[in-house]
Amino acid sequence: MSPKGLDYETLNENVKKVQYAVRGELYLRASELQKEGKKIIFTNVGNPHALGQKPLTFPRQVVALCQAPFLLDDPNVGLIFPADAIARAKHYLTLTTGGLGAYSDSRGLPGVRKEVAEFIERRDGYPSDPELIFLTDGASKGVMQILNTIIRGERDGILVPVPQYPLYSATISLFGGSLVPYYLEETANWGLDVNNLRQSVAQARSRGITVRAMVIINPGNPTGQCLSEANLKEILRFCYHENLVLLGDEVYQQNIYQDERPFLSARKVMLDMGPPISRELQLVSFHTVSKGYWGECGQRGGYFEMTNIPPQTVDEIYKVASISLSPNVPGQIFLGLMVNPPKPGDISYLKFVTESKGILESLRRRAQIMTDGFNSCRNVVCNFTEGAMYSFPQIRLPPKAMEAARRAGKVPDVFYCLKLLEATGISTVPGSGFGQKEGVFHLRTTILPAEEDMPAIMASFKKFNDEFMEQYEDHRGYSRM
Amino acid sequence: MRRFVVGRTKSLVNRYQRSRVLSSTPLLLDSPSSMAAPPSSSHPSPPVTLETINPKVLKCEYAVRGVIVTLAERLQHELQANPGSHPFDEILYCNIGNPQSLCQQPITFFREVLALCDHPAILDRSETQGLFSADAIERAWQILDQIPGRATGAYSHSQGIKGLRDTIAAGIEARDDFPADPNDIFLTDGASPAVHMMMQLLIRSEQDGILCPIPQYPLYSASIALHGGTLVPYYLDEATGWGLEISELKEQLEAAKSKGITVRALVVINPGNPTGQVLSEDNQREIVEFCKKEGLVLLADEVYQENVYVPDKKFHSFKKISRSMGYGGDDISLVSFQSVSKGYYGECGKRGGYMEVTGFSADIREQIYKVASVNLCSNISGQILASLVMNPPKVGDESYESYAAEKDGILSSLAKRAKTLEEAFNHLEGVTCNKAEGAMYLFPRIHLPQKAIKAAEATNTAPDAFYAHRLLHATGIVVVPGSGFGQVLGTWHFRCTILPQEDKIPAIVSRLMDFHKGFMDEFRD
Repeated sequence: MSPKGLDYETLNENVKKVQYAVRGELYLRASELQKEGKKIIFTNVGNPHALGQKPLTFPRQVVALCQAPFLLDDPNVGLIFPADAIARAKHYLTLTTGGLGAYSDSRGLPGVRKEVAEFIERRDGYPSDPELIFLTDGASKGVMQILNTIIRGERDGILVPVPQYPLYSATISLFGGSLVPYYLEETANWGLDVNNLRQSVAQARSRGITVRAMVIINPGNPTGQCLSEANLKEILRFCYHENLVLLGDEVYQQNIYQDERPFLSARKVMLDMGPPISRELQLVSFHTVSKGYWGECGQRGGYFEMTNIPPQTVDEIYKVASISLSPNVPGQIFLGLMVNPPKPGDISYLKFVTESKGILESLRRRAQIMTDGFNSCRNVVCNFTEGAMYSFPQIRLPPKAMEAARRAGKVPDVFYCLKLLEATGISTVPGSGFGQKEGVFHLRTTILPAEEDMPAIMASFKKFNDEFMEQYEDHRGYSRM
Repeated sequence: MRRFVVGRTKSLVNRYQRSRVLSSTPLLLDSPSSMAAPPSSSHPSPPVTLETINPKVLKCEYAVRGVIVTLAERLQHELQANPGSHPFDEILYCNIGNPQSLCQQPITFFREVLALCDHPAILDRSETQGLFSADAIERAWQILDQIPGRATGAYSHSQGIKGLRDTIAAGIEARDDFPADPNDIFLTDGASPAVHMMMQLLIRSEQDGILCPIPQYPLYSASIALHGGTLVPYYLDEATGWGLEISELKEQLEAAKSKGITVRALVVINPGNPTGQVLSEDNQREIVEFCKKEGLVLLADEVYQENVYVPDKKFHSFKKISRSMGYGGDDISLVSFQSVSKGYYGECGKRGGYMEVTGFSADIREQIYKVASVNLCSNISGQILASLVMNPPKVGDESYESYAAEKDGILSSLAKRAKTLEEAFNHLEGVTCNKAEGAMYLFPRIHLPQKAIKAAEATNTAPDAFYAHRLLHATGIVVVPGSGFGQVLGTWHFRCTILPQEDKIPAIVSRLMDFHKGFMDEFRD
């Protein structure tokens, strides 16, 4: 056999360090079982359409027309497409040079970026510059681009919440940086304590790490908490004093399930605070078409908006974006439609609003059903899902279960989740994939299964859990594995 | 690989001078002097400025959308604001392989299927049959049945939808007469992200080198720089139609080794970009042997596989060549890249593509999968398009004839334009241009007079950039200076696409000839 150019020994070490549990061990096992014929309920990833949520009608009509512009010339097109969808498709096509099949500006179509800027202005009450908005193939690509710009080497640290969405830990590993964790307080509904932040930064600096940026996920993933205005102000002040770039992952901003803390963008609060913070704090904000009530994950549409980033740095970020030429154009149009949806009076408005409200109200109900369902289970404690798409219950594993896990060579929450999968077909992600305090275990599930399936799913979970706890709390025991 | 820092600096100065609405702050200094309260520790972090960003980002360059394009966009705005302000009516972007931006039409059948997959709700309506061809409707159903829940808005498997990979594998098999495994296929948002992924895996440090052709498509140089590796150049021979000599490969490999570089892979672009040559089978066999012997991963960029314009050459995939030599996965590690952006379909904006990965161990395959999974999946519409490109309408299908007419129309027109422009370039004084056997570009060599070179130096511009800027200002034609692709020291080129529509070509040619004559009159020695 000839010498191999690439084998495990000669692989980039950073790649080896990357972990992404969302599509890791549990998911792979679930896929295996599915192939063997077992019914699996995939709650491992925030993928609404995969669990039966229907796409909104209007954007699909518009994009279909943009895909096949020759339809616009057909006299019969009005039979199956409403006039406003036809008009909007024509409008988007004029924003392109050559339709959906041409590379756009590497930052995205100027016309769509303008729509995004206008959306941000309506939402926050402050103008936004389209030149500082870059569209990307999903928000993840944008996060990767920004982290790649910041991280110089392993001495550069990025503050990341624990628990976090493992895109951050994976990307930091990939680019050879250091993750500086700050722990969210489970007993305070996953609240953020600035003292934890200060402590984390001090510890990192004492180890020679230069802390460069802070990630906030608001609403949180996997934790769902919505930051209060006071909390946001504390965070902004903290980043300002420590000269950290604030990375605001706001992809779940449409998914809010309580009324006490509506969504406030980091940018709005920052600008409300006035100078010097408003003029100097460096901020990058991320959004997507994958979440909210749109759930168009497969389109890969997203953007990031930069505030107070020096022009030359913006140019360098542009340069790197230009190497990949452009984000996919259909995804850009989805984004434009999301920030600029049908308005009252439009033909499609009523249907659009009905569909959207239906989804959001159902998500709100499901958030409650799941939280209550988990809380009714033995040794399970679950904070309410204030926002986003997940439930992150804490599973208090008895010592015998931990012992069994150790014998099986598995981390305790992985052990539990595998058993759950095999017994019920429910495919979750163990809390260790997101980070958690030492000795505390969780799992993440989504709130996305269809509302009518929820009671059965929660019952199935409860049955498994309570039997599991019965088995491993058994003092006479000889645990059956 | 030399860098022309000069042009870059100029662009930075230009951009900095452009006003930006909200960034009214001056360039932030490293020490935060304007803080209202003391920091929580004695070591405040530096903000993100040019001085503190990842140096690899600073190092990488990508001329295809570089300085000259920014300049062209500015001129375009000036023209719009003030018609007649320049000696031309429009900017002609010949810098980038972006066919549909220059009025190339998409393939109707592909767009029909994509539209139906975007909005499957209409498949049940009877009116749909009046608007779409029957086989497009049928294909859309077939594809949707391969997607769980028919949910085109859901994240798919991280390698791409299985059924679509099956289709692509079958298409590869039909093309090559050798089997392809759907599990070897990774669908990506265009071929470029797949290239980045491989560079990420291969490059551990700047001690790791990747052999790249010079001239090359600067995705490679940029990606290698971004991942902190070293580009090991091998020079294509302009005198022999951009021939690839194994002796050159060997020499460069040895030279790199002697400098302590571990060469990991060989990039071959076939058909070539910017050079357009189509490799002969013998050449390809030599390359396969070379990689096998030296233990190099062969990175085969085959995105122009459908763009071959000369009757005496044919595209053969490296997979086919290796297998026909009796070499399997145990013998050679090969990654083959394909895209929906080129060919006769030219669907750049869709970002569709894939890499076929063969000859790697299971644990490497796991790692590739892992990296792909962090981004979850590529866009579904692009995945569907990739499967259509690899399995287009066949003889007997309802749409076959119109499909074939569209395809042949585009390809024969491309061949014609390649020839016309090549001849035009060869007629210019001091310009020689190799034939474009394939791909979408011409890469003429300009023998610049000393006077011109001196004038360029006086403005701190590379001579080929100087020529390209003058060309832009005089004619509105945007080309990319050869330094963006790499060239033998002391030679000058530019890359021009063959993509403007046929009816624009005569005007382009005459403006080009007038400009060039004027330029030579001014600078002739």
